[in-house]
Amino acid sequence: MDIDLITNILYATIRTGTPLILVAFGEMVCEKSGVLNLGQEGMMLMGAVIGFVAAVTTGSLFIAILMAIIAGILMSLLFGFLSITLVSNQVASGLALTIFGGGLSAFIGANYVGIGIDGIQPLAIPLLSEIPVIGKALFQQDPLVYFSFFMFALLYFVLTRTRVGLKLRAVGENPEAANSMGIHVHGVRYLAVMFGGAMAGLAGGYLSLAYTPLWSEGMTAGKGWIALALVVFASWKVGRIMLGAYLFGVASIMHLILQGTGYEISPSILAMLPYVATIAVLVLLSSNQTKAKLSAPMSLGVPYRPQL
Amino acid sequence: MFKLEKRPFDSRTMAYCSPLIAFALTLFFGGVLFASLGHNPFTALHTFFILPLSDAYGLTELGMKVAPLLLCAMGLSLCFKAKIWNIGAEGQFIMGGLGGGFMALQFLDAESSWVLVPILLFGALCGLAWAALAALLKTKFNANEILTTIMLNYIALNALLWAVHGPLKDPSGFNFPESAMFANAAILPLLHEDYRLTIAIFFGLFAMVAIWTLISRSWLGFQIQVLGEDKAAARYAGFKENALIWFALLVCGALAGLAGVSEVTGPIGQLIPYISPGYGYAAIIVVFLGRMHPLGILFASMLMGLTYMGGEMVQIEMSLPKSITGLFQGMLLFFLLASDLLIGYRIAKKAPANIEAPSTNRVSA
Repeated sequence: MDIDLITNILYATIRTGTPLILVAFGEMVCEKSGVLNLGQEGMMLMGAVIGFVAAVTTGSLFIAILMAIIAGILMSLLFGFLSITLVSNQVASGLALTIFGGGLSAFIGANYVGIGIDGIQPLAIPLLSEIPVIGKALFQQDPLVYFSFFMFALLYFVLTRTRVGLKLRAVGENPEAANSMGIHVHGVRYLAVMFGGAMAGLAGGYLSLAYTPLWSEGMTAGKGWIALALVVFASWKVGRIMLGAYLFGVASIMHLILQGTGYEISPSILAMLPYVATIAVLVLLSSNQTKAKLSAPMSLGVPYRPQL
Repeated sequence: MFKLEKRPFDSRTMAYCSPLIAFALTLFFGGVLFASLGHNPFTALHTFFILPLSDAYGLTELGMKVAPLLLCAMGLSLCFKAKIWNIGAEGQFIMGGLGGGFMALQFLDAESSWVLVPILLFGALCGLAWAALAALLKTKFNANEILTTIMLNYIALNALLWAVHGPLKDPSGFNFPESAMFANAAILPLLHEDYRLTIAIFFGLFAMVAIWTLISRSWLGFQIQVLGEDKAAARYAGFKENALIWFALLVCGALAGLAGVSEVTGPIGQLIPYISPGYGYAAIIVVFLGRMHPLGILFASMLMGLTYMGGEMVQIEMSLPKSITGLFQGMLLFFLLASDLLIGYRIAKKAPANIEAPSTNRVSA
């Protein structure tokens, strides 16, 4: 393997890992508040299609990204209304969101299949991007990749160092106690769900505007589900989400690596890798029951209904 | 103002009314959607829900869609009764189709319809094996079955793609990603030569009765229900939790696999890259909509089958995208979950603020 290949693998790994990081961050915050939203796939697809349609109609990538985020938030509000206000089963509501988002996005995007746009272009940071090997991977990416780095720092700080993070965790661990402390449990959960929606919408937008600038039905291909597994894998820790997402990134671009080294394997077989990796990770992690239980928010998936 | 008040007991009436309310709401918002697209909502809804069923051909086509939905949904209902969230019917369906298709391709010169026996059995077995993976991951490694079954769905889809692009591709098929057409003997018998409906519908109906009997009349079915209602009680009673999980998942896998192989040896007649229009996922909605009751599931699978036909119909008649099917399915499930709230709660007038219970009760409750 030569240096160019390694550089390109690193570059592609980060690009592939970024949408996973964005969704997984959103879902992690959501789960920290005690809400399990299985609708990531639906929110991502809506973000992807709305972002793409906005890009085609307005020609502005900035508006497109904004619309993708708004689409994600609106979808998450649907879920929030069902699971928080109407105390529905979170598993079923999340599945409903995924099915609904899949249908709605395919419907909206039906006339936009096969259209190409100029996607979000990489933005090289002077000097830093010229560092050998890692320069291209870290500092010659598009703005959303930098945004994922920024979110990592922000979330790490907010979750571990601020009152906001403390409140979020209190609501997820023990909503009754949080309520008696004067925290508005439903309010916090709504905000967390909306943050999750915004991030999933953004990740969808990243796929249709930067990663592969086009729209195709079901283009997220299970990335929302992989992100859900990633949160478990990361034991709800931001740093491990970054690490995990890049590991999945490597698994997803295995074809690139293998081509470089001269092996020939069917692309369909290689496409299985990220899913197999997800299962492997779940197995490794869940076998240790006590540890898995300790790191998960205590009230994850349990609806909270204030007694008035 | 109004507030939600917990009912002392869950309302049975509401449990049965809720799917109807959900359907009514879906109709209403579907109409709004059509109107917003510039179509007359009444003609559009008529095209979607009534027109597909206006002749014998339409009715048999509906039966053709009910068969796989019913098979998958009956299997899923067994899992959901035990609160095993198996989302993997889609993958089990695909593996059934792939395995059965592989078997059918071994009998390309077959003359006798007896070849269907190994084909169907092997298809069901492949679906069962795929579900067994999920059962193994859940019981042995304690991995969340929602995530593992979803991942297995994607793996199954890629396995099918690999097969039709590679080893099972028709050598004389101009390099299309399709297998050879199966022998006529390896195609499920039609109920009537003018229509595409096969005997698969009887598999579905038989599965319905069998699972119904199992759940309501057998000791095993009782154990599965208890496991779903109260895990601790099931453990206390000495029920073997892992064995029950294995059983529910294997039955579901076999039924979904049978649905898959019936589809490829039925209306499709060969292996192609996409053998399921999301039957495995739609079956989840069917189970919820049908209240996990066999008869309810039968009606729900008819309604869900109709959404597929309605989507095709509005595509032909009004040149709207076929994907409107997924939209209607999603709406149905959404509205169902929303109106299910009324099973456990009722809407009551809010009492004046001064006689509200003191807030100190919050923590203890």
